[in-house]
Amino acid sequence: MSVTAGSDGIKDITTPLTDADVQSLKAGDRVRISGVIYTARDAAHGRLLPLIEKGEKLPIDVKGAIIYYTGPTPPQPGQVIGAIGPTTASRMDKFTPALLKLGLKGTMGKGYRGQPVKDALREYRGVYFGAIGGAGAVLSRHIKTAEFVAYEDLGTEAIRRLEVEAFPAIVINDCHGGDLYQDGQKQYARE
Amino acid sequence: MTRDVHVSAIADAVKKLCMEANVSLEPDVLRAFDRALTTERSPAGRQVLQILKDNAELARTKRIPYCQDTGMVVCFVELGQDVHVTGGGLEAAINEGIRQGYKEGYLRASIVKSPFDRVNTGDNTPGVVHVDVTPGAALKIMIMAKGGGCENRSRYTMLTPAAGLPGVKDFVIECVKTAGPDACPPLILGVGIGGTFEKAAILSKKALFRELGSPNPDPMVDALEKELLDKANRLGIGPQGYGGDTTSLGIHILTYPCHITSLPVAVTIECHAHRHKEVTL
Repeated sequence: MSVTAGSDGIKDITTPLTDADVQSLKAGDRVRISGVIYTARDAAHGRLLPLIEKGEKLPIDVKGAIIYYTGPTPPQPGQVIGAIGPTTASRMDKFTPALLKLGLKGTMGKGYRGQPVKDALREYRGVYFGAIGGAGAVLSRHIKTAEFVAYEDLGTEAIRRLEVEAFPAIVINDCHGGDLYQDGQKQYARE
Repeated sequence: MTRDVHVSAIADAVKKLCMEANVSLEPDVLRAFDRALTTERSPAGRQVLQILKDNAELARTKRIPYCQDTGMVVCFVELGQDVHVTGGGLEAAINEGIRQGYKEGYLRASIVKSPFDRVNTGDNTPGVVHVDVTPGAALKIMIMAKGGGCENRSRYTMLTPAAGLPGVKDFVIECVKTAGPDACPPLILGVGIGGTFEKAAILSKKALFRELGSPNPDPMVDALEKELLDKANRLGIGPQGYGGDTTSLGIHILTYPCHITSLPVAVTIECHAHRHKEVTL
């Protein structure tokens, strides 16, 4: 079991994730993620999809993994990585169901997901985490190591392997149909 | 009497503006975070606002960019008609400043050469440059590092004159709803009303340079801004869309005369990472 409830009400998650881990997470849960996660965004997903369609091996093992949609700024001398907040997740909607089918357990970004992604989260037991958009400096403090895994020519859009420690996030869409964006807006809307 | 300004001075000024804007939020934005913290009911919303404040402090002190999307540089220039730019072209000098600033500041290169082949230019150039020629011999340069996520939620519509003010209000609020969590709320909206298709869009960008929280000089438009801000903050979207009262930090409107047939409305969506700086040479 790699999800444990902290005494402060925040759930600690260690990658890789199992189906049981994913099932224990509910929309609105605050989490701290530790372990290995991968970065990939528009251009990298564009290269992964043809490989999936041809049934070829991917440059990363997505089973149980979390993909973080981000394009960091370059590290300054002595830094592991620069600013590293999330990018808009819906641009990756086209690619996400196929990756979940291969065993990807988590995606992390910001903003709405489309219905096909939400359906795939239920079908393949996956979870969508929100990281705080625009908190790039704060989030960089949680990255312990960063290395290129594939598509280094894409620069900021390359696939990186990150070791993260207590990376703060929140569950937006769980595998039970829960949706923090809907619930939150409903709770605070005033007419 | 004309005054000579060498392109190297322009490039140097733009370089510094780009580097500073990306690590140091302007005080108007920080004050808006503080104001929001006093009214936000949602615990998750307050937590996000506090993290954004911490992020701003860390960015400023450690010189780490506030956001990894260090933006496309949008530059408004007020070029005094008595200024003579020497040593090269004005726009080339601005782009040289962007090139140097993004390299020296370890800022992200986010611009692709062509919308079709999508190959990164590698140095975040070119920027988008708007020049107004003004009386006098001053050269004012205003830059904004404009994030892509929020820019992608910007919208334009051409209303009929019959749609009138109610139509304008509905459209602006609709823009806040569709931007939602994608555009990193709390949002700032620049709204251009009137002119032509392109004039409204440019006004919507320019409106963002007004100090956040300052009143619109036109009392009628000021009342409209406040009404729209209240409406936006009743939607419940909240900081990061987690639910709450702080969906927008400010709505700024600029207007212009328009054709008897037209009511153009352009809305630029800006995120809380509202990185803008200006200098007068």
